[in-house]
Amino acid sequence: MEVLTKEKAKLERGGVDFDKGSGGLGGEGGGSPEGALPIHTGEIGLWALLATITMLFAGFTSAYVVRRASSDWQPIAVPSLLWFNTALLLSSSVTLEVARSFLKRWRLEALKGWLVVTALLGMAFIAGQLLAWRQLAAQGVYLPTSPHSSFFFVLTGVHAVHLLGGVLALCYALVQAWRFHYTPVHHDPLALCATYWHFVDGLWIYLFLMLFVW
Amino acid sequence: MAKVHEPHVAHAPQSFIRRYIFSTDHKVIGIQYYVTAMLTGVVAGILAMLVRLNLAWPAHEWPLLGKLFPVGMEFGVMKPEFYISLFTMHGTLMVFFVLSLAPVSGFGNFLIPLQIGARDMAYPFLNALSYWTVLPGVIIMLSSFFAEGGAAAAGWTSYAPLSAVQEAIPGSGMGQTLWIIGMVFFIASFTMGGLNFVTTIINLRTKGMSMRRLPLTVWALFLVAILGLLAFPALTAAAVMLLFDRHFGTSFFLPAGMYVGDKLLAHQGGTPLLWQHLFWFLGHPEVYILMLPAMGFTSDIIATFSRRPIFSYPVMVLSMVAIGGLSFVVWGHHMFLSGMSPYLGMAFTVTTLVIAIPSAVKTFNWLATLWRAKIEFTAPMLFALGIVSLFVTGGLSGIFLGSAAADIPLHDTYFVVAHFHFIMAGASLFGVFAATYYWFPKMFGRMMNSKLGKLHFWLTFVAYYSTFFPMHYLGIGGMMRRIYDPTVYQYLAPMQPVNVFITLSAFVLGAAQLLFLFNFFWSVYKGKKAEQNPWNANTLEWTAASPPPHGNWEGPLPTVHRWPYDYSVPDVSDDYIPQSVSPAEVQARKKG
Ligand code: HEM
Ligand SMILES: [Cu+2]
Repeated sequence: MEVLTKEKAKLERGGVDFDKGSGGLGGEGGGSPEGALPIHTGEIGLWALLATITMLFAGFTSAYVVRRASSDWQPIAVPSLLWFNTALLLSSSVTLEVARSFLKRWRLEALKGWLVVTALLGMAFIAGQLLAWRQLAAQGVYLPTSPHSSFFFVLTGVHAVHLLGGVLALCYALVQAWRFHYTPVHHDPLALCATYWHFVDGLWIYLFLMLFVW
Repeated sequence: MAKVHEPHVAHAPQSFIRRYIFSTDHKVIGIQYYVTAMLTGVVAGILAMLVRLNLAWPAHEWPLLGKLFPVGMEFGVMKPEFYISLFTMHGTLMVFFVLSLAPVSGFGNFLIPLQIGARDMAYPFLNALSYWTVLPGVIIMLSSFFAEGGAAAAGWTSYAPLSAVQEAIPGSGMGQTLWIIGMVFFIASFTMGGLNFVTTIINLRTKGMSMRRLPLTVWALFLVAILGLLAFPALTAAAVMLLFDRHFGTSFFLPAGMYVGDKLLAHQGGTPLLWQHLFWFLGHPEVYILMLPAMGFTSDIIATFSRRPIFSYPVMVLSMVAIGGLSFVVWGHHMFLSGMSPYLGMAFTVTTLVIAIPSAVKTFNWLATLWRAKIEFTAPMLFALGIVSLFVTGGLSGIFLGSAAADIPLHDTYFVVAHFHFIMAGASLFGVFAATYYWFPKMFGRMMNSKLGKLHFWLTFVAYYSTFFPMHYLGIGGMMRRIYDPTVYQYLAPMQPVNVFITLSAFVLGAAQLLFLFNFFWSVYKGKKAEQNPWNANTLEWTAASPPPHGNWEGPLPTVHRWPYDYSVPDVSDDYIPQSVSPAEVQARKKG
């Protein structure tokens, strides 16, 4: 049984047997004796994507460092809601891992439930960020008020867009679960989705530290 | 990441639309990219002709042109702001939408699966999406000419504050906004392409195709994809901040105390230099994004037509890796005069000059490959040799510019214009031509006319040098780039005949391209039918039919047994051994 599912998973992923109608998706790792890489196609693409997103925020960071050194820099206070939002986002990473643990134990209902919880926590985070913007605006702090506030609005906005991408990916993983596309060995969309989710989560912690602790 | 893999069916989709328009076949997408780039190139070329027209006869009255451009050339005289838009859009379109799209997205998509032995790219859907993302970008860019105030007018580098203040000049309004949006579409598309290239090359190589057996073209495209993924985000970040400065009152790039007319702007504290740093952090790798594919094409074409293994393959790969890596630490050489600490300038001088080493290594390896070879001077080979020539000419002027001290008088003069037209524009344009003549039989199943091709080469080559070489003298003579009318300066007026000569050469250069366009479209329909392997070349694409069917190979994928450069192997009857030939078959082919 175990062996069979493994074989099936291999075929679904294109398999090493690249001529069996799976198109160019075959030859994972090139099948070259020396250079074979046991990495799934999606994983390479995902890591490349994370690298480019990292560079995007590195670009913003360098701008932040330069701008922070100018004489008109006035820090804004942390909107209190951010602590709560951060807690929401961190717990979403935990619930996502809980979901995945249910997949390993093959309890699909629980898996779906926890995925939904994760996605809702993500949406709640985004809603919370919007409220934090409102909170600042209520104090008279707007986008052009000071360089710090400009960076705050821009960076939280760009981050939220990336998290929204994560929510969409999560929905995709959920649909896959609904359609019974997972087997105990084949659950790549979920694994990829989780890597991305934790990355965006970590990105927020980084931004939070940069904006308010440094 | 949403599409983890697209189940790929071996039979081709039937309807015309799925097959040729919204196709996910890498060959169709490659050709779509190529044709888009070619048509954009025609527009960008016409813009250059207008720029040159004005430089030879500044502010002259051309009644006919006045009818064509009622706004920019009212009463037939080119307005300075129209002139600025012209060179801005010429540069932007050429750098991003022609010379990045044609070799990288065009040939990259077409060639990578064929050369590594895959049936398609790793993410065919993403691939189609990337094309349908760049197309709106092209359209937005082109349509900006019709926006209020005309197209963007801050140069292809879009330096702040000119680009960041809406009221600065007419083109800083809607035109600049459209420029930013067009670029965002381009970057999004290029990123999707890059993810696809990296994944495909790492994971979809056929059996036996180790990294050490990849054709140099694939190596170049692999590195280009990585450069694009790591460098473009800096521009994305900068573009986002620029949009906010322009439309939402932030001050990322705008300093205090700026006036437009008599009006004091509310911005304060920003640093225009920040834009330059972010732009050139992308900008310098970007110029190598244009150059590396040309290096790859040249290497493969030179090997084929000199019937010689490429000299020192590992060093060729390593020098490309070195060039790619170094290109991230030299951006400051564009900013020697922007107010930089001399010590930092010295550091950037050193890193810049170090790049000359791997560049020279590549040149000498090409020459060593050619040394005493029996060269077949076909059209693609002529263009490949042209690349080597342009690369040397442009590289040498780069060394002058790279030394901070020598750059002080040369910066922002026509010397720089000469430099980058040789190395970036010229070498990569010739790369596109070389690749087109070489792979056309595979793309369309027909040959291009070789007599016309050679004529095209000689006209282009001679006109190219006579257009751009005299610019070195203009630059040393102090003619600044981006100037509307050099004759307003007394010291430049005596050099005006040179400008007239350059313009006439440029017209010849432009006209010569009509030969290419004619040859291309005529050959698509009427060219001689191409054999499977018309050049007797070794790489895998030549083992597929011309043009290859959907899925590339009718039967099983080829297996690779050797590197791609087994030309003129001693004691073997043919002078080439394709990558898919096994050692046993070679034994059988041994002479005697
Ligand atoms: C030997 C290698 C090279 C060196 C030392 C070098 C050096 C330089 C320097 C110092 C500048 C700035 C000049 C100034 O603005 O005052 C420059 C400009 C430029 N270089 Fe190079 N370069 C080299 C190769 C290349 C290559 C391979 C390309 C592209 C394929 C390239 C494309 C450009 C472009 C486009 C500009 C002008 C950008 C602008 O201001 O609009 N260079 N180069
Ligand atoms: Cu540079």
